[in-house]
Amino acid sequence: MAIDLDLPTRQPDPDRQSAVPTPITITRDYSTPDKVFRRGVQASGLGVFLLLVAIGSFLAWSGWPAFKVAGWGFFTHSGPVQIGSKADFGVLASLTGTVEVAFVAMLVGSPVAICTALFLSEYAPLGTRRSLIAMIDLAAAIPSIIFGLWAFFELQPNVVGLSTWMGNHLAFIPFFKVTSPPLNASIFIAGLVVGIMIVPIVASICREVFSLAPPGEREAALALGASRWQMIRTVVLPFGRGGMIGAIMLGLGRALEETIAVSIILGGSYKVTTQILQHGGSTISQLIATNFNQSGGALGLHDLLLCGFVLFLLTLVINLAASAIVNRSRSGAGVDL
Amino acid sequence: MTTTLPAAPPPGHPQPFTGTYTLGEPGQIDAEGVCAWFSGRLVLETVNLTMEKSKVTALIGPSGCGKSTFLRILNRMHEVVPGAQLAGSVKLDGMDIYGAGQRAMETRRHIGMVFQKPNPFPAMTIAENVLAGLKFSRISPASKDDLIEESLTKGGLWNEVKDRLGELGGALSGGQQQRLCIARSLAVKPRVLLMDEPCSALDPTSTLRIEQTIKEIADEVTVVIVTHNMQQAQRVSDYCAFFLAEENQPGRVIEAGRTELIFGEPTDQRTFDYVNGQFG
Amino acid sequence: MSPDSISQTAPEGVLVTTTSASTQSNPVVPDPRTPQPVPDPVGTVPPTPSAPRPRRLPTPIRPSAFGAQDVAVLVGAAVSSLCLVWIVFYQLTSLSGGLGFLICWYLAFLGLTWFGTAQVIERQVATDRVVATIVVSAAMLVVGIIVFIVAWVTYKAVPSIHWGPLFTKDQKYFQVADPNALNTVGILHAIIGTFEQVALAVLIGVPFAVATAIYLNEVRGFGSRTVRTVVTAMSGTPSVVAGVFIYSMLILTHVLSYSGFAASLALVVILLPSVTRVVEEVLRVVPSGLREASQALGAPEWRTVWSVVLPTARSGVVTAVLLGIARIVGETAPLLFTAFGSQLINWNAFSSDQGALPLVIWSDVRQAQPVLIDLAFQAAFVLMVLVLILFVLARLFSRPKGKGGKRKANQSEDDFMARIFIPIPIEERES
Repeated sequence: MAIDLDLPTRQPDPDRQSAVPTPITITRDYSTPDKVFRRGVQASGLGVFLLLVAIGSFLAWSGWPAFKVAGWGFFTHSGPVQIGSKADFGVLASLTGTVEVAFVAMLVGSPVAICTALFLSEYAPLGTRRSLIAMIDLAAAIPSIIFGLWAFFELQPNVVGLSTWMGNHLAFIPFFKVTSPPLNASIFIAGLVVGIMIVPIVASICREVFSLAPPGEREAALALGASRWQMIRTVVLPFGRGGMIGAIMLGLGRALEETIAVSIILGGSYKVTTQILQHGGSTISQLIATNFNQSGGALGLHDLLLCGFVLFLLTLVINLAASAIVNRSRSGAGVDL
Repeated sequence: MTTTLPAAPPPGHPQPFTGTYTLGEPGQIDAEGVCAWFSGRLVLETVNLTMEKSKVTALIGPSGCGKSTFLRILNRMHEVVPGAQLAGSVKLDGMDIYGAGQRAMETRRHIGMVFQKPNPFPAMTIAENVLAGLKFSRISPASKDDLIEESLTKGGLWNEVKDRLGELGGALSGGQQQRLCIARSLAVKPRVLLMDEPCSALDPTSTLRIEQTIKEIADEVTVVIVTHNMQQAQRVSDYCAFFLAEENQPGRVIEAGRTELIFGEPTDQRTFDYVNGQFG
Repeated sequence: MSPDSISQTAPEGVLVTTTSASTQSNPVVPDPRTPQPVPDPVGTVPPTPSAPRPRRLPTPIRPSAFGAQDVAVLVGAAVSSLCLVWIVFYQLTSLSGGLGFLICWYLAFLGLTWFGTAQVIERQVATDRVVATIVVSAAMLVVGIIVFIVAWVTYKAVPSIHWGPLFTKDQKYFQVADPNALNTVGILHAIIGTFEQVALAVLIGVPFAVATAIYLNEVRGFGSRTVRTVVTAMSGTPSVVAGVFIYSMLILTHVLSYSGFAASLALVVILLPSVTRVVEEVLRVVPSGLREASQALGAPEWRTVWSVVLPTARSGVVTAVLLGIARIVGETAPLLFTAFGSQLINWNAFSSDQGALPLVIWSDVRQAQPVLIDLAFQAAFVLMVLVLILFVLARLFSRPKGKGGKRKANQSEDDFMARIFIPIPIEERES
């Protein structure tokens, strides 16, 4: 039985088009104080951008005269050179020294940092964890000049004995060949102290990544009869792989730019050397810092500025790559299984 | 096609559990006077329970009354939580798993666990996932492929993944992942399998499949399952234990017995209320 | 250490053959309503909730990781490795050096622990133990080095400090042969210099950084992704490059002379990206509900930021500023090119060379006169104490003031502390 509802009916209007209604556009109308505010902070953001551009540009511009004179020989020669008819300078020794110091630093610092991060995230008792984390972060805050002092007065005398031993017994490895004492002020010692300095950086990032490892998987591994180390190896380390790589790259960036501690240890030299235990060696940042005051030397001002530009580019590339890796590992890491 | 793990433990691999059993036989758990604390707060009080061998025992009760805590005490996962303490004895085939000199890792090889949220290892393939437990315990089976097939068959997953054993473990659906976790736990031939609400995160079809699996494996493995779902308890279990935590009280076992009796003729009024849906 | 065995004085578990008879040992209270033909093996608690029951609970235990056996293996490994290395070192070969001995002893200890544990217990546990030892000793090494550095600087500086002159004199009157030299030199010039340079850097840099953080987080425009990348890139800029940049842009072109102001500009370049990153994260933590509430009340955007967002984030911003100061106060390299360093007090930061704490250390530690070397250490001590005070202040400030969300805030605050010094990239945020 149909129910007759007395409802007002509406006949469809034949004139009206049955089209999908268009959305209205909403514009935000800012008041003047708001406009000033927005423009102000946008200008600030723009200013930061311009600052970075300025840094790159000025360094390039100031270093250009040196490059004009020396050309690519700047990077392939070492020490005062005669290029064409002009006397100039080559930084090959410093380039190789930078790479060698960074290499030693990463070799020494990364395993220690990863172990420290594992300790903080897996092994440390809860009560002391926060204080230990604070102490490791404090290590990042200690000025590098204090590290340099400590390394010069305390670390170096003790490591010279180790260098001697390595030079005597491990000479079959070409890096460890030693021609003559003294063995202080060597790339090895500089690498050691820089390695200690990058530990807080790498450890901090790794610790953060390790603590994000999913607890469900950890429990699954333990419930299958895994020991703590087996659980870490199966769950935590694979999970943190991207973060570890990013952390190591950031540590590398820090190692490349370290100036003061290296300058206190190294005396500087114009000779390319692969004997890292031997006295002598130079890095780019050390070159810039220690040669600045000397006027009339073979190393001109523009050479120094060109070195600065090179260092700037190098650390820029490494830091951007490292950030991309860390970010990618993070966004992949948060996926829920 | 049966695979037997080596009967004699390899040298340097002492087995504290001795007694009349062979590897892979279902075991019996006797819990006596079990209490649990979290950071000084008592959450479980004096649980006496026996989980019969080759039977499925369900732990039922409203949420928060200590069922999962009790389950985790059975395979020594409770102590993983910082600040957790316990008391009482838990005996697997007569051997106290908390006795002096007993290692938690050793216990967990004999008492496995499947969790609420499926957690296969995403960086490993399906085959590697199944063999993961063996790798931890450093057991090498006579034939890896046979063991994988056997475990996946018992877990009810073989037909679906037999062609793609090389795929990563995370590439399966939720129900498949859970069955993979069951297969993984079964590969080490435990005596008891603990299951902590294994179906609560799954759809009904997967749930039914897993309940079927539970019934199939009960011959070889004693199963203890925690479940919110009373109908599920009635479907799969032979024995039930009803847990309850009253206001500001720690959890206790109110009643335990055969499933038909707990649901049909419960002796305690609270059990009666719970199984009839008055609360929880 | 992983809890994988018990150390109780309980007797060994009794071997019980599993027959059904053994299960009857559980006390079963017979209940008239339960049908008895199938013996009910499961114990039943009597259903009387209101009846008082004796509350004598057993003492809680926590299964511990180490038993007597484990300790014995460790001690045995330690002693035998010591003997082994001693014999090898002194009797068999001509190796030398305290450091080398320690390293060899450590390695031998690890090896013997592994073998001992593998024999007595099992290989799985042996590997776990050795890894735990390595991890713990690595962490202890790092902590030990940090503590040693702090203690060493204190030890070198404090015994020779003359507190009065230290803070009131500069190095103008220093004469090599003066027996009273220590009373005539001090680091006042350095303290003034550092203070002025850092203060100027903070005055210029912090508003800039906060404005950029607001841009990145609140206002957001076309370029916010670019600016964020720029900030990340800049935070990795070497400090020496910052100094060289200011030198080439302002000093070479004679816009400025060597001055404290130029130094503070270089310090701004270092301070800016770090503080921006941390303040952006602090702003992100402010719940969006607050912003929406403010907008619902009709507040314009600037008002929301000024009166709602910033006050909520105040403690985080203060922490960021304090840590930023701690970071730039110790920077030496940029000052070499800008402030240039000086032995004399210079109150005017805008003209002519100015000293600073790191510069005093840098120049005086190479001098031949022990008095000046002592002065350098004293300056290092002052610098270190300054950084420590700033660190402690920052931690005190960042402690959350309410009860809500305490745990989570503590976790994120730990990460904040690191971000100033460590170029951890900011997470990309979906706009």
